[in-house]
Amino acid sequence: MKQDKAIAFALMLIALSAVSGLALITVFIFKEGLPLILKSGAGGFFFSTDWDPKAKQFGIFSMIVGSLVVTAGAMIIGTVFGLGLAIVLTIFCPKALAAILKPLIELLAGIPSVVYGFIGVVTIVPFIRDYFGGPGLSVLATSIVLGVMVLPTVTSISIDALKSVPRSYWEGSIALGATEWQSTHMVMLKAARSGIVAAIILGMGRAVGETMAVIMVCGNTLEIPSTPLDPLRTLTSNIALEMGYATGEHREALFATAVTLFVIIMILNIAALTIARRGIMSNNR
Amino acid sequence: MTDTTKQPKIQVRDVTISYAGKAVLRNLSLDIHPNERLAIIGPANSGKTSLLRCLNRLNDLQYGFSVTGQILLDGRDIYAPNVDVAALRRRVGMVYAVPVPLPWSMYENIVFGLRVTGIRDKATLDERVETSLKSAVLWDEIKDRLHEPAHNLSGGQQQRLCLARVLALHPDVLILDEPCSGLDPISTGKIEDALAELAARHTIILVTNNTKQASRASDRIAFFLMGELVETGPTTQIFTKPNDPRTDDYITGRFG
Repeated sequence: MKQDKAIAFALMLIALSAVSGLALITVFIFKEGLPLILKSGAGGFFFSTDWDPKAKQFGIFSMIVGSLVVTAGAMIIGTVFGLGLAIVLTIFCPKALAAILKPLIELLAGIPSVVYGFIGVVTIVPFIRDYFGGPGLSVLATSIVLGVMVLPTVTSISIDALKSVPRSYWEGSIALGATEWQSTHMVMLKAARSGIVAAIILGMGRAVGETMAVIMVCGNTLEIPSTPLDPLRTLTSNIALEMGYATGEHREALFATAVTLFVIIMILNIAALTIARRGIMSNNR
Repeated sequence: MTDTTKQPKIQVRDVTISYAGKAVLRNLSLDIHPNERLAIIGPANSGKTSLLRCLNRLNDLQYGFSVTGQILLDGRDIYAPNVDVAALRRRVGMVYAVPVPLPWSMYENIVFGLRVTGIRDKATLDERVETSLKSAVLWDEIKDRLHEPAHNLSGGQQQRLCLARVLALHPDVLILDEPCSGLDPISTGKIEDALAELAARHTIILVTNNTKQASRASDRIAFFLMGELVETGPTTQIFTKPNDPRTDDYITGRFG
C-alpha cells in the first residue's frame, strides 16, 4: 500500500511538472512581451507597419496581415484538397485502397518542415517566378507550401469525422432516391460538419505557427503584400530571424510578437475544441 | 386481394444472387401482382433480405455483389444499363428492420427525399408531410412537434416516421424488411394497420420472421429456405394445407 501511494505521488509530480512547464512558458512570454505592448500602445504595436528596431519602432501590423493572408491561402488549398481526399477515402474508394492511402497521407505530417521549405524553394518559387512573375518568394508560394503541410491534419481529422457518421445514414439516404453526391453533401458532410470545422481550425493553428518552411519561401520583406505574387513576413519568421541578435527593447518586441501569436493560436485551438465537443454532444443525443 | 389477370407488378426471373462468389439465393422465379401484400417468410440466411435489396438495387452499394437473371418492374428490366437508379429507389420504397431517422427534425426527415428531386415549394412539402404521416398512422401523435429532432421519438414512432418518409415519395412498391422486429405489440399493430390501408394504392412486399404477422398482414406468402423458394400460395392455404411438408414444419414451429 505504501509503495502504491509513493508511485501515485511520483506520477502526480511528473504530470504536474508538465502542466506547470506550460504555465511557466505562458508567464514568461507575457512577462517579457507585455510591457512593450503597454508602452507602445495598441496603435503603436498592433496597428503600425513601421518595424525599425534601430529607431525603436516596433509595429507588427504588416506581419499580422502576412500571417493571416498566408494562413487563409493555406486553408483554401488545404481544405479543398484535404476535405476532398477525406471524402474520397471514406466514401468513394475501395476499403483496401483507403487502408494504404490514409497512412501515407499521415506520413506527410512526419516530414520535417525544413524539407517542405527546401522543396518550396527549389520547385515552387522558381516556377512562380518564371510563369507568373515577381520574385517567386511570395504569398502564393508560402500558401502552397503551408497548404500541403496542413493536408495531413485536415485530412485525417476529417476522415475521423466522416467515419463517425453511421453507415446507415448513407444507406438510408440512397434508399430514399438521393444520388451518391447528394447523400455525400446533404447527409454525410452535414452530419460530420462539426468535426470538419474542427479539422480546419486545427489546420489553421498549424499554418499560423509554422516557421521554418515559411522563412524559406516568404521573402521576409516588411511590406504588406498587395498581390499574391508579393513577398511578405509573418509573425513567426519575424521572431526566428531576429531573435539571434536582438537585445533590450528589440528583444522585448519579439516577445510581444510571440504574445500576439500565442493568443491567436490559443483562440483557434479553443474554438476547435469547443466546436468538436458540441458536435460530439449533438451526435450522442 | 391478389389480382392475377393484370400484368405482374414485379417479375423475378431465374435470379441468382451472390456475395463474393457465394450464392445466397438460387434460381428464383416469382411474380408479384399489383396491390397485393406478399409476405416472404423463412428462417435466417434463406435469402429474403438479399432479394429485397435487389428490388431497389441497394445491393449495388455492396462490394463483391452480383446478380444474374432478370427483375422486371412493370415489364422493364431494372438492371438495364439506362435505368435511373435514384428514380427506381423512389418507386420502390424500402423500410429497414432498424429505424434509421436521419439526424434532423421529423419534418426534414420526410421532406429530404422530395428535396433531392428538386421540390422546393413549401405548400407541396407541407401537404406531403401531412398525408404521408396520416398514412403511416403517426400524424396525430406528432403533428404539434414536427420540428423536434426525430431521435426524440420512440422506436415504434421512428419506424412509422421511416415509413412516412418513403410514402411521401409516392412509391409504387413498398418493401419492408422485418419492420416490426424490434417493436412492441402495440407499435406492431399500428404498422400492420397502416399496411392494410396502403395495399389499396401500393404493392407491398413484407419480409418477416414472425409467421403470425405474415398470417395477419398478407394476402399471399412465399416461403424461402436456404436460398431457394419452396412454395408460394394464398395466405390461408399456406397456413391450412401447404403443399410442401417443409413449409408445414416451419409454420408449425418445428424448425427455424
